Amino acid sequence: MSDTVVRERDDAAPAPRGDALVEVRDLVKHFPLRRGILFDRTVGAVRAVDGVSFDVLRGETLGLVGESGCGKSTTARMILRLIDPTSGSIRLDGQEIATVSGARLKELRRGMQMIFQDPYSSLNPRKTVGSIIGDPFQIHGLLKDDAQRKRAVKDLMDLVGLNPEHYNRYPHEFSGGQRQRIGVARALALKPKLIVADEPVSALDVSIQAQIINLLRDLQKELGLTLVFIAHDLSVVRHMCDRVAVMYLGKIVELASSDQLYDHPRMPYTGALMSAVPVADPQLAKVKRRQVLAGDVPSPTNPPAACRFHTRCWKAQAVCATQEPQLEPKEGGNLAACHFPLTDDEVRERVPSARV
Amino acid sequence: MFAYIVRRLVWVVFLLLLITLITFVIFSVLPAGDPARLRAGRQPTPELIQSIRESLGLDKSKPEQFLQYLGNVVQGDFGFSYQNNQDVLPQILDRLPNTMILVVGAVILWLAIGIPIGILSAVKTGSLMDRVIMGLALLAISAPVYFLGLVALFLFADDIGRFPLLPGNSAFNDAEGAADKFLALLMPWAVLAASFAAVYARFLRGGLIEVLNEDYIRTARAKGVSERRVIVKHGLRSALTPIVTLLGLDIGILLGGAILTETVFNIQGMGRFAYDAIVRSDLPIIQGTVLFGAFFIVIMTLIVDIVYAFLDPRVRY
Amino acid sequence: MALLEVRDLAVHFESEDGLVRAVDGISYTVERGRTLGIVGESGSGKSVSSLTVMGLTRARNARISGSVVFDGKELLTASDDDMRGIRGDDIAMIFQDPLSSLHPFYRVGDQIVEAIRAHRDVSKAQARDRAVEMLGLVGIPEPRKRAAAYPHEFSGGMRQRAMIAMALANDPKLLIADEPTTALDVTVQAQILELIERLQQEFDTAVVVITHDLGVVAEMADDIAVMYAGRIIEHAPTDTIFREPEHPYTWGLLRSIPKLDSPRDEALTPIDGRPPSLINLPSGCSFHPRCPYVRPAHRRVEPALEPVEAGGDHRVACLLAHATRRRLWHELRAGRSPEEARSLVEPEEVA
Repeated sequence: MSDTVVRERDDAAPAPRGDALVEVRDLVKHFPLRRGILFDRTVGAVRAVDGVSFDVLRGETLGLVGESGCGKSTTARMILRLIDPTSGSIRLDGQEIATVSGARLKELRRGMQMIFQDPYSSLNPRKTVGSIIGDPFQIHGLLKDDAQRKRAVKDLMDLVGLNPEHYNRYPHEFSGGQRQRIGVARALALKPKLIVADEPVSALDVSIQAQIINLLRDLQKELGLTLVFIAHDLSVVRHMCDRVAVMYLGKIVELASSDQLYDHPRMPYTGALMSAVPVADPQLAKVKRRQVLAGDVPSPTNPPAACRFHTRCWKAQAVCATQEPQLEPKEGGNLAACHFPLTDDEVRERVPSARV
Repeated sequence: MFAYIVRRLVWVVFLLLLITLITFVIFSVLPAGDPARLRAGRQPTPELIQSIRESLGLDKSKPEQFLQYLGNVVQGDFGFSYQNNQDVLPQILDRLPNTMILVVGAVILWLAIGIPIGILSAVKTGSLMDRVIMGLALLAISAPVYFLGLVALFLFADDIGRFPLLPGNSAFNDAEGAADKFLALLMPWAVLAASFAAVYARFLRGGLIEVLNEDYIRTARAKGVSERRVIVKHGLRSALTPIVTLLGLDIGILLGGAILTETVFNIQGMGRFAYDAIVRSDLPIIQGTVLFGAFFIVIMTLIVDIVYAFLDPRVRY
Repeated sequence: MALLEVRDLAVHFESEDGLVRAVDGISYTVERGRTLGIVGESGSGKSVSSLTVMGLTRARNARISGSVVFDGKELLTASDDDMRGIRGDDIAMIFQDPLSSLHPFYRVGDQIVEAIRAHRDVSKAQARDRAVEMLGLVGIPEPRKRAAAYPHEFSGGMRQRAMIAMALANDPKLLIADEPTTALDVTVQAQILELIERLQQEFDTAVVVITHDLGVVAEMADDIAVMYAGRIIEHAPTDTIFREPEHPYTWGLLRSIPKLDSPRDEALTPIDGRPPSLINLPSGCSFHPRCPYVRPAHRRVEPALEPVEAGGDHRVACLLAHATRRRLWHELRAGRSPEEARSLVEPEEVA
């Protein structure tokens, strides 16, 4: 099976069909901290996700970007109901799913699946590939006929670029990139409406990353998938995603289309993220004025008041510590939560790839 | 740290209560001889049995009996043996020092042997010496204590042994004076320590090998630190912490009675005492020894946890 | 004279399955005060080669050959004591994961003190002062207080700073950084890279950066050596590697990474296949099974690392002609696929 992409990309990606598949409103997740001598008292909480609202449009790829502790993984897992939200609403295809449980929840899971980060630990080493990919059918009582299921699994293997003859092999007989393909095949088995990919290429070698990224792009076009793509690598996100949400300390600080975000980021944090990405071009690297943030990310148990980024922001002023900025449209169309968004000049200085 | 200790102490009390209750329930349910009749002697009359029953409190309901026992324990009264009607507590306290001396001596011996051997094996993994040592260790672990004990007596005891070197069976019991007692303990110590030394050597070897593959060992070497310092200060420090846990547990269990060793060498310790009482269904003694045994295990676990927190800063509360 | 001169270094491991040729004959030099970037993916041998330079490859089944000359001294035949004296003093190394690379049971300050006292005859108090000074130098606030903390009480970025402080405490001539930023968040990465650059300028330290991230070497390195399957397959100044690379593997790497400044819809061009087994290396050119421009001869002949132009500083290990390579790269850079480039260039070349 060839790993290279067939280059017939003459038409641009079809625009998402406008209506929202997933609607998230005011989603919150606090992990309580307990301490006490005899009995545990809740003394505080890790405010992992502190009120996020966004839509995932049908057929689009939405990127969730941020550094460790920003809440992107927690948010994605709440959408999939792998974690229960503390409060807030999640609607999938118009139906409220935030509080659903039991049999109803199991039924829901057929419609949403996840691709995990580490291809080495996310596959059961004791199961054959065929069995791993076939599990979703078994769990939901579909395709009870063995021959039918086997055929479906082989079709899936073919779809993701694996040799169907390897049906009976074990994960350790595959490379990292191939294992990730197995994970993708498993996620696709039940033809879910929504797939969440949590850092699907971070653990892979550079030359393999490209293969998997291409695979996901192709599959999305072919199958009309809706994808939530979590990553910390901005260049990968730009390549994969139609729209991007940037998160910081449990909140969305910027939400824009890829073009808008990468051409002119408005939130200083986004600017810093892009500025920090090492540029694989020595000429540009020399010219770039690296925006290096001072200090570390504050603890999510005690986030700064008002704008959470104000303690590290070079543009911060008094109002940033007293009044929390709302996510509002800024110049160029980006939604950003900032009182003093980046001007075009500032963007140009820091992000050599920007096109303001 | 303080909060942690307080919390653990509360648990200790709770656990001891629970254990006493469970022991009580178990022995109430077991079909054993009627203790009143046992007490009554050779010619029990119904009246005698009844009066004994009343004095023992056996006519009251079970929960009442339990509460009474509990109240007594707290005041230091562990009841009276059904067999000889003597106070339980002094009998236990009489035998406890023997077990303690046996255990402490063995612990020192097995640590002194096991740890250096474990280190040597780990540092020279795969070499001939390593394989020989581990082979011998396997033998020592496989041989049961009583087997080793009897073999030792057969070989070295001065009365029946082939190579009379050391005092033999019952020597400890008969010994007078510290020097004689010490000599008499040499064989029991060695026998009890043998399999433990082997276990600890193997355990430490495995742990140290794993630790020596950690990244921080690589950093220590990269800093130019001497190899001995790398192994001892960096490697051993990490590899010893699980051994501390193991040691605490072993000591706790052994203090409750190293029964096999005590039997082979006729040492009047807790283990022997408990065993004899079990055979006779002498409930007060059994409860007493169980309580002491549980107490040691629980306290040792607490000590181990506290020591662990000192050793590993990551688990401090 | 170069500070570090590595010649034909080979590190083979004898295993049950065969001889693992982790490093298979590499040569490079590092000049004082300059930065060399070693780029490669997993299995390329980049880490093993640097560990061997430091004398840290200790496995019983390792067979090391070649020559490593540091400041005029041959390291591979040096005594254990000599090597220990050099490690942490003249050559220092920092590693990828600062959490697992620091001993969890000892305070950070004490670990730095240990590094100092291993090489300098100073009192504990003096060493501690120096440790605090170094922590301040790397940008850790309240360094005296922080020196008494344990590694798990530091954040990821601060830990890596502490490791850098420890490595530079004895003012080494050469710093080897093995994937120093891979385990860190992007904004922290930027902080660490900037720190290394600043300290390098201040102390005139030579640096070797080992990474898989082409962006990192683009920003930091003066020269770049690209490793594949235990060998260096291209070695040139940074600008040259990015502007005029001459090895198909380098082209593949450059073309397969998404960049912020390339068109968004442009598909990535991955490299076919996967890295080879180091036990059963392919015959001839070790890259040939994955090379879109392979010719029959490449399966038989092993290319040597040779200058592209006589006397130049650009060396490449490829059997294609220099002119062919230049044309291929121009086609690729214009956006053509490897197949298209090959068909455009091939008809004019004779095998």
